[in-house]
Amino acid sequence: MSESSTNSFASIGVIRGPLLLRLRRTVRLGVKSLWLHKLRSLLTALGIVFGVCSVIAMLAIGEGASYAAQEEIKTLGSQNIILRSVKPPEEQKVSEKGSQSYVLQYGLTYLDIQRIRSTIPGVTVVVPGRIMREYVWNISRRVDSEIMGTVPWYPEMRNHHVARGRFFSDKEMEDKANVCVLGAGMVKGLFPLESPLGKDVRVGGDYYEVIGVMEPAGKGATTEETGDNAKAAAERMFIPLETAKTRYGEILRKVRSGSFEQERVQLHEVTVKVATPEQVIPVADAIKEVMERNHKKKDYDIIVPLELLKRAERTKEIFNIVLGSIAAISLIVGGIGIMNIMLASVTERTREIGIRRALGAKRRDIITQFLVETVMLSGAGGVIGVLLGVTIPWFVSHFAGMKTIITFWSPVVAFTISGIVGVVFGIYPAMRAAQMDPVEALRHE
Amino acid sequence: MPTQIVQFDQVCKFYQMGLVTVEALRGVSFDIHAGEYVSIMGPSGCGKSTLLNLLGCLDRPTSGQYRLGGDDVSQMNDDTLSAVRGARLGFIFQSYNLIQQLTVVENIEVPLYYQGRPEEESRALAARYAERVGLGNRLTHKPFELSGGQQQRVAIARALVNDPLVILADEPTGNLDSISGVEILKIFDDLHEQGKTIILVTHDENVSRHARRSIRLRDGEVESDVRL
Repeated sequence: MSESSTNSFASIGVIRGPLLLRLRRTVRLGVKSLWLHKLRSLLTALGIVFGVCSVIAMLAIGEGASYAAQEEIKTLGSQNIILRSVKPPEEQKVSEKGSQSYVLQYGLTYLDIQRIRSTIPGVTVVVPGRIMREYVWNISRRVDSEIMGTVPWYPEMRNHHVARGRFFSDKEMEDKANVCVLGAGMVKGLFPLESPLGKDVRVGGDYYEVIGVMEPAGKGATTEETGDNAKAAAERMFIPLETAKTRYGEILRKVRSGSFEQERVQLHEVTVKVATPEQVIPVADAIKEVMERNHKKKDYDIIVPLELLKRAERTKEIFNIVLGSIAAISLIVGGIGIMNIMLASVTERTREIGIRRALGAKRRDIITQFLVETVMLSGAGGVIGVLLGVTIPWFVSHFAGMKTIITFWSPVVAFTISGIVGVVFGIYPAMRAAQMDPVEALRHE
Repeated sequence: MPTQIVQFDQVCKFYQMGLVTVEALRGVSFDIHAGEYVSIMGPSGCGKSTLLNLLGCLDRPTSGQYRLGGDDVSQMNDDTLSAVRGARLGFIFQSYNLIQQLTVVENIEVPLYYQGRPEEESRALAARYAERVGLGNRLTHKPFELSGGQQQRVAIARALVNDPLVILADEPTGNLDSISGVEILKIFDDLHEQGKTIILVTHDENVSRHARRSIRLRDGEVESDVRL
């Protein structure tokens, strides 16, 4: 008998409206309670606001920066290995003593290319280059330029293409023709008004016909590792390697404050293309070995864009981990702030809890009420945080000129986490509220 | 349903205060029938509050049996007791105990809310009860905008809205001036005439005189139980 009567009471509790409808009323009640202490609610949510906003903004800026860096590295070609001649530091000292008869010899040689080609499998194309610093003239206009003697397949290999006109051909290379392709940055200085195509420029005593203009490289490489920069790439003039060999010979003369400096450098730059991306690292190691065996001094430098790319990716990963930890910490701090306020609120509203319990509220009704309040608080913080977090990168890219990328998942994840923080840090205060003895709660002043 | 709405049978309530056991109620027995208007009187410390908490299903007796509307509520679990309170009891407190952030009509609605009644229905019902206690034009006011007498009338409407078996009133006039107090007691008289069962806890003889039966407690036991 008592069994059945208990059931009849239990059924009283079961007569409940649809869950969503009840939740809507609970949410409205929560809004009312939070609105009662507007400033306090705002300040409490602020912790979450800053957490979410900083995560999104920092991720966007970091993503933008790493994207830019990766793009730059990609333009060097991920299947390429670049070798450069470097003047060894000890030689520099000798040369500064300045003996006219002394010819400094260093750097990459044609023999190196032959060795690499013949001994290392997987190497498909090799692009050699000689670089000379000279003035380039158009009648009375002058541009300080790097003249690069190279091969016809340079543009394709280095991802640096001709914008107007064409690059020189195999035949012109063979014929040692006096043709040149100007860097984008040179055009303004030499031909400010007219099209340079078909015109002649003068370098020293020789005239070259302009057959093309490169696209503004920029991308060339602005990373420190490549020791190059966009400006230099834009100021580069290209001539056939064979032409360069005959016009300049092997020895370069530099006049420096009255004394001569003579250098013998066969090749300044060699780009090696590898058949598949998987082979890049082994081939690079093999090249390193070959070079080490044949060069006593370290008068060369090997740049592997793929390695740079991988390093950039790893850096980004570390950056993300650091960022994630900062985000986690700030969200936890925000959550603790919310929990603190909710505990105070539960104590302050002890009497209300007692009244509600007396009027028929079950423990879980009280839990729901306080949990919904906490989640709303952190959720509102999350929404404001997302809005701010999306706006700040826009300002950064607009006013500081930095590239920013907001990935789709960063606001979603940040907002979700703010909701989870609300639940996690809301449960304890809600349980405290529900565990109160109704008699004690009603007596509370 | 039996006419005995409240049946107390040898109800005891002991509290453990450190090493001392406080015997707040020592075997209290009485029945209250439907439509009775009972006052419970006694000096402070006699066990009035304890008895009220037990009557209100806010607490469980240490021993003995309490049947409310024929069902034994003395050993029910917390959730079921909540349901019982929401469905069968109406509370009126000395300090009104309205929820401050809610309006008059929302306060009256609270018991219906926890029974899961549809919103439109409970809103209309709450408005009707507000009308009955003379606050039909104050529906959207907040408690702090009302006088003490008006707040207590809101509380009465809240205690009536779920059509309870018993209305429990704890010193309902204790915080009111004499004119408002008389008004409130007039409402109680009307309710009694409409056949409501009312249990009124007070230490004021003048208030208790409105009831038709008076149970006096002393030291946790029933001292006298007289019909007036």
